[in-house]
Amino acid sequence: MGSHGIKDQVAIIGMGCTPFLEHWDKSLDDLIIDAAQSTYASAGVAQEDVDAFWFGTSQSAASGLAMGGPLKIQGKPVTRVENYCATGSEAMRNAAYAVASGAYDVVMALGAEKVKDGGYQGLNAFPIPTDGTQRTLTAAAMFSLILPSYSQKYGVDRDELRYTVAKIAEKNHYNGARNPLAQFRRETSAEQICQMAAVAGELSVFDCAGVADGAAAVIMCRAEDAHKYCPNPLYIKALSFVAGTGAGSLDPDYDYTSLLESKWAAEDAYAQAGVTDPKSEIAMAEVHDCFTPTELVLMEDLGFSDPGAAWQDVLDGAFALDGRLPVNTDGGLKSFGHPVGASGLRMLYEVWLQLRGEAPEDRRIPETDRNLGLTHNLGGYPGEMVSFVGIYGPELG
Amino acid sequence: MRGIIASGAYIPHRRLDRAEITALFGKGGGRGTRSVAGFDEDTTTMGAEAARNALRDAGDVSVDSLWFATSTPAYLEKTNAAAIHAALRLDPSVGALDLGGALRSGIGTVRTALQGGGTTLVVCSDVRDGMATSADEASGGDGAAALLIGDESAGPVIAEYVGAGIATDEFLERWRVPGAARSRVWEERFGEVTYAPLMKAAFDAALADAGIEADAIDHLAVAGLHARAIKRGGKAFGAATEHLVDDLSATVGNTGTAHPALLLAATLEQAEPGQTIAVAMLADGVEVVILRTTDAIANYSPSAPVSAQAASGAPIDYGKFLSWRGMVAVEPPNRPPPQRTSASAAYRRNDWKFAFVGTRDRSSGMLHMPPARVSQKGGAVDDMEPVPMADTVGTIASFTIDKLVYSPSPPVVFAVVDFDGGGRAPLELTDVDPDEVEIGGRVEPTFRRLSTSDEIHNYFWKVRPVRGES
Repeated sequence: MGSHGIKDQVAIIGMGCTPFLEHWDKSLDDLIIDAAQSTYASAGVAQEDVDAFWFGTSQSAASGLAMGGPLKIQGKPVTRVENYCATGSEAMRNAAYAVASGAYDVVMALGAEKVKDGGYQGLNAFPIPTDGTQRTLTAAAMFSLILPSYSQKYGVDRDELRYTVAKIAEKNHYNGARNPLAQFRRETSAEQICQMAAVAGELSVFDCAGVADGAAAVIMCRAEDAHKYCPNPLYIKALSFVAGTGAGSLDPDYDYTSLLESKWAAEDAYAQAGVTDPKSEIAMAEVHDCFTPTELVLMEDLGFSDPGAAWQDVLDGAFALDGRLPVNTDGGLKSFGHPVGASGLRMLYEVWLQLRGEAPEDRRIPETDRNLGLTHNLGGYPGEMVSFVGIYGPELG
Repeated sequence: MRGIIASGAYIPHRRLDRAEITALFGKGGGRGTRSVAGFDEDTTTMGAEAARNALRDAGDVSVDSLWFATSTPAYLEKTNAAAIHAALRLDPSVGALDLGGALRSGIGTVRTALQGGGTTLVVCSDVRDGMATSADEASGGDGAAALLIGDESAGPVIAEYVGAGIATDEFLERWRVPGAARSRVWEERFGEVTYAPLMKAAFDAALADAGIEADAIDHLAVAGLHARAIKRGGKAFGAATEHLVDDLSATVGNTGTAHPALLLAATLEQAEPGQTIAVAMLADGVEVVILRTTDAIANYSPSAPVSAQAASGAPIDYGKFLSWRGMVAVEPPNRPPPQRTSASAAYRRNDWKFAFVGTRDRSSGMLHMPPARVSQKGGAVDDMEPVPMADTVGTIASFTIDKLVYSPSPPVVFAVVDFDGGGRAPLELTDVDPDEVEIGGRVEPTFRRLSTSDEIHNYFWKVRPVRGES
């Protein structure tokens, strides 16, 4: 028994991503069609060339019909996938495994979410009948629990820590301002963010990911077939997914300074990919910055910072575009917003552009001898989450 | 010997300064404060808290029946006493009975229990409403009291029942039709004149029943909603006015159905052995109950005395009070309101939802809140024992203030609570100001109404700061 991964067995040969916006003028079907068409074009394949489809959406639709219908996919399997905010990554992971198994030659994973038709602010959980005893906080409030705990554990001054996470938002807005697909394209300073009113714990609205509609998709095939379609494909090095037990809400040993499921997914992914020192081997990362404290502790959980050191690394600019390990070079959830089912694939889209040298110059990562990109996607809350880590590279071996 | 074995009271945390009413409207109000039930409280939750206090002080007493009296029930048709029964984790064989609607049902329930058999937990609770600036709004108060009544075979009796007197009469003095939020009153002088002879008749009957004279009364508590009639108090009853007990109107207000039991609980805290206590209630006639304290009362010191509860509390703005009472509609956060609770899902977890019972894994010792079948530590399956947590104090491990989430009274103050002896649960804080919350703060469970959707009340536990703990 063991987690063996599918290193170098599957290639990414095409990707597409819609702008992430308040798409008042587009339906879920429109977003699916737009993402699919640009992805077919990117891969140089027709829909008929794709053998099986995975459709990730959290709560915009149910079943594979929601993708098969608008795209008129005939006589092919379409699997609907849901795993909270990691839905897009989960759809891609399952599609990749289907290729690795030999079941299909060419597959597509598409994630889409229509958030803005709900009429409410923020993301809202789908109603499920319960005993009424579950807490009903917003995600912002749940992730805000990290700050007082982190401050206490590592002795970081509360005001300094608050400023530190605002610097994360500043960085991601700087990057997003250089991305035509991003929803928010205006730079914002940490100082401005710190002056805003708190809405959940110490977090202001600008410490939260935006809310947007969007879709993104990927087409994959066996690694040995990749060059039939694409001169510079990306190869999957690792895909890891961990679902938690909800320990944070019931285990006094959990201290809200780490996202354990993410840590475990990263460890598993590094083992699959043969990465022993992420700091020196990972060239860039797209991580799930749903709230600014999330990105802070993720730097430690993903091994980019030592435990208790991420706040200093953030202040030192370690994760900026020109830092030692650029993180969320596309602007992240912060600038894009978070159409739940699409976000994981939007992250992969940025890796696709960066590692193949197609990212625009003004946000291109510096040249190094590192050539691996990482995506991290999570769903749930600190202490009770699902988490995904994927690693990709342009070269085999 | 039959009488009161223990008493418990519950006065909610918030106090409205009556002067705020005058400040806003230029009329109404008055001096002093009134107690205000939280937005997450109703007569059921307040009754449960009072009953918990009574049972905690009673020690190991086996209850036969739970009787619940209120004029402002959370539900009609559905038995509210059953929810209190569940919160107290009483045995299914213990009866649960609602006696409600009329203000007089409080004293009547106490008297009936004193005159009956078995061990009965009488719970009286009311939320007093009135139109803004009305006398009822200002003079009303919210609260509950519980009396554990039984024979000395059940436990030491602190006040023996010695007699009662009744004068029932039908006249239109105060009334409220089902569904109405406020009661109506006839011209005051009519009630005042009509009550006077009834007071004397009931008091004389009670004295005769007890076989004592009026001057034997050491403490006289008079409750009722008719202020002018009550003002005649001692004189009308023929007892010395210096023996009138504080009616709590300056601090708590008049708690209606609950008031006779609340005043009795307050009196028991001050009484000495061998003293005679008379409690009267004016409502559609008059009922008087007479008790005599025993030697056992010398050893009786309630853990949450009425005097301490009446003296504590924190202010609430009049605006917030009006919004809690539904007198003013305030813009809610733009988030979906809570879904209705599933009856079947709730029923499967009654122990957790109503009685706050977790489970402990026998092999690893880990406490699970909510109960689990598979242990978080070690993975043992179906090897858990129940652990009641309602009386366990906890410590705040982390906390947040949520201004975005839907709440009947934003913001939501929320904490991850680690309970003494093990067990963690994420819970809402109540009766708290956001800036007094900190990591390491001590909190205790309290039974509350989380929300109401589709006319279904969602009861569960919150935590509140432990106040007065050093």
